[in-house]
Amino acid sequence: MNVIALSPLDLTLAALLVIALAALTSRVGMGLSKSLLVSAARTVVQLLLIGLVLKTLFEHAALHWVAIMALVMLLVAGREVVARQGRRFTGWWAYGIGTLAMFVSAFTATVFALTVIIGPAPWWEPQYAIPLLGMLLGNTMTGIALGLDRLTQSAWQQRRVIEGRLILGQTWTEAIRDIRRDAARSGLMPIINAMAAAGIVSLPGMMTGQILAGTPPMEAVKYQILVMFLITAGTGFGTLGAIWLGSRRLFDERERLRLDRLKAG
Amino acid sequence: MGASLPETTFTTLIMNRFRSSEPHPSPTLTEDSPDTPLLLQIQQLHTPQVGPLDLALGAGELAQVAGPSGAGKSLLLRAIADLDRNEGLIRLEGQPRQALSGSDWRRRVGYLPADPAWWADTVGEHLQPGGEHWLEALGFGPDVRTWTVDRLSSGERQRLALVRVLQNRPRVLLLDEPTANLDPDNTLIMEGLIRDYLRDSDAAALWVSHDAEQRSRLGGRLLLMESGQLMESNG
Repeated sequence: MNVIALSPLDLTLAALLVIALAALTSRVGMGLSKSLLVSAARTVVQLLLIGLVLKTLFEHAALHWVAIMALVMLLVAGREVVARQGRRFTGWWAYGIGTLAMFVSAFTATVFALTVIIGPAPWWEPQYAIPLLGMLLGNTMTGIALGLDRLTQSAWQQRRVIEGRLILGQTWTEAIRDIRRDAARSGLMPIINAMAAAGIVSLPGMMTGQILAGTPPMEAVKYQILVMFLITAGTGFGTLGAIWLGSRRLFDERERLRLDRLKAG
Repeated sequence: MGASLPETTFTTLIMNRFRSSEPHPSPTLTEDSPDTPLLLQIQQLHTPQVGPLDLALGAGELAQVAGPSGAGKSLLLRAIADLDRNEGLIRLEGQPRQALSGSDWRRRVGYLPADPAWWADTVGEHLQPGGEHWLEALGFGPDVRTWTVDRLSSGERQRLALVRVLQNRPRVLLLDEPTANLDPDNTLIMEGLIRDYLRDSDAAALWVSHDAEQRSRLGGRLLLMESGQLMESNG
């Protein structure tokens, strides 16, 4: 491949832009400069580390290393889902619901793409498996976090309505139906928007990266379409699964609304 | 919802079985008389704030609950409707509560809270078909289903909420100050309508009221609630 390698100096020049921005926000007193610089530093450190990890992983390609890497990614993503909840479930449920839904949907989509569609040999070839899983997990995580957050917040705010429906003899599924639909919508909206805007408003990052790395545009486009569909399916099924599990958890075996299973935000 | 025919058959079946069964250990707070079979039977009901208490209601019976605010009257109704966690044995027409799902139970034990919730835009979306005679009796024309909920007065909401709960044909009504926002005329109409329903359907009602005049109008047993406990009153 005909990639132009970047030197440390090249990156320093780019970093100067961020520093200039931080200096400006500090001067106008917007209070953003510190978080800008900290995040920029985190980007450098985290990406360099993951670069090293991937380099090692590619050199010592073995299924168990790929599996461990995948597990770590999943657990970190699960934590991220919990951190984005305004009113999270008590106990292990907060972590369990999101992580389980992510595991089932993102891993299924990744394994399906690797074994049936792309078909590298071996199927878990880290060069394909890890970036694919990363993109799927990242997007599924966002969808699940948004969906669950919406679900629990709405259930909390609309408890009178939910109980009003239960009082009239509606089942728990009927009583939460509208809230569930809104939660699914907010979880899926980002990826639906991304698909609708792809190529017109924005050039997707993965495709852009491949083109920069010298891949013919049509090949990059095909990969991007594949990835978009996988992300949509992974996000969609994951979000729906998490919302189903979460809404089930909001009611008990007597179909009572159990907001005591949520932590006060 | 609204499948009244099989429900009725089922109810009759249970009733017959119940009537022929052996005499029940008579619970406290019961006027045991052979011609009023027990409809609702509550034993050792308790939540952190309420009870433990026993209570029994016969078919067609109206019992009133009075007591200072904060005594747990609404919590008692919520516990009977199985909206809050609670323990104890509750039977409806001899059938234990656990034999029914929560939603089936609440359709038979209709709870009307003091401030019922409305969620859709129009009145009609909250109502089932039928029950026009109730709407008419409460002073609503046929177009009431198209009204928007936002424009209802609190009195209109209260009257429509009663129709909404009656449409399930509950065997027991749990009424939390159902006439609190009504003018005297509508209060009398609503009292009459509920009485008619209890008589015609052999249903029972537990009625929370703060109004002494209303209490003497309604008659029947008066239960006093204080710090989660229920006492029979003869006053």
